[in-house]
Amino acid sequence: MIYLDLFLGFLKVGCFAFGGAYAAIPLIRDVVLSYGWVTDETLTYMIAVSEMTPGPIMVNLATYVGRSQAGFLGAFLATFAVVFPAFLIMLLCMFVFNSLMKNKCFNTVIGTLKPSVIGLILAIGLYMTAEAFCDVKGSFSVDFRALAITAILLAAAFLPPVFGKKKISPITLIIFSAVLGIVFCGV
Amino acid sequence: MRILIDLFLTFMKIGFFTFGGGYAMLSVIEDNCVEKKKWITHDDMMNVTVIAESTPGPIAINCATFVGYRQAGIFGSIMATAGIVAPSFLVILLISGVLDNFLEIKVVRSAFFGIKCAVGVLIISAAVTMIKNMKKKPFTIAVLAVSTLAMLAIDIFSLRFSAITIIIAAAVLGFAVFAVKGKKQESK
Repeated sequence: MIYLDLFLGFLKVGCFAFGGAYAAIPLIRDVVLSYGWVTDETLTYMIAVSEMTPGPIMVNLATYVGRSQAGFLGAFLATFAVVFPAFLIMLLCMFVFNSLMKNKCFNTVIGTLKPSVIGLILAIGLYMTAEAFCDVKGSFSVDFRALAITAILLAAAFLPPVFGKKKISPITLIIFSAVLGIVFCGV
Repeated sequence: MRILIDLFLTFMKIGFFTFGGGYAMLSVIEDNCVEKKKWITHDDMMNVTVIAESTPGPIAINCATFVGYRQAGIFGSIMATAGIVAPSFLVILLISGVLDNFLEIKVVRSAFFGIKCAVGVLIISAAVTMIKNMKKKPFTIAVLAVSTLAMLAIDIFSLRFSAITIIIAAAVLGFAVFAVKGKKQESK
């Protein structure tokens, strides 16, 4: 039954997708293609749309695939399934959070994990910034329009605090970037 | 009751304005939940990021559940999570139902060309805020540097490792540090 398949398939994604959607894309491909819901080509299109629309990529993709297979109810079940494991795990963490934070061993481990996770996030940020204007994996060709936009955004994000001004809010920065894209590429 | 609605609307706003996945969302969550609403502290934000990275599922869902639970228990966590999922769900339903040629629309492509440049910048910005609030000791700085370089290498050379490999390595290192500390205290 398609509803059950959608639920179980995306429950699997929700249970095993570590490190954000980009790291989980191979797993998602594997699940979606093994059920034969959509072709490889359609899935690539759906992933691109999921990246371009607001919200967590995994959630967008679950809604998209669910809807394409079984309408509104399919979309709802797939989305619920992809979100539920993370929700439940976090809730369980909250129940033991305070006593865990008092545990010395746990505290030392978290103390080592913190700088490591910050390092991961910094690396992903640097990589994605470079990837936006430069073909990092192939010819290293640079797109100068993207380079100009990135330079403006970096200045807007990091210069105001240097001059003692208030930081630009991330939402403002996103809207500003969309405007820049339209200015540089046209309508 | 008011806090439940506030949680739902705030996370709906966060969900609606975040592109490029959960990492870029961290900046927006930090700005709204730590700086503006003061629902959680920088330290909480760091802890939830660590838990989110070490557990499966979308990172944004972990954050929403955490903040919601802190403010209003289980109902709070349900409202915050529903709030962050709602924009995704509605926008995708709209696109898959009405706009079949979404990626072909010129203005969408242009806007996304700009947004794609912002995603990386927002993620760096989240990392910089976390580094500012981190306890800086030689050990933590070394772990930060090694993790950054390892993850960059994984990304650039498309290695068959993922972020979770680095997290497991850091956790093992943490256990080792704890064990060594314990031994030292015993010998004193």
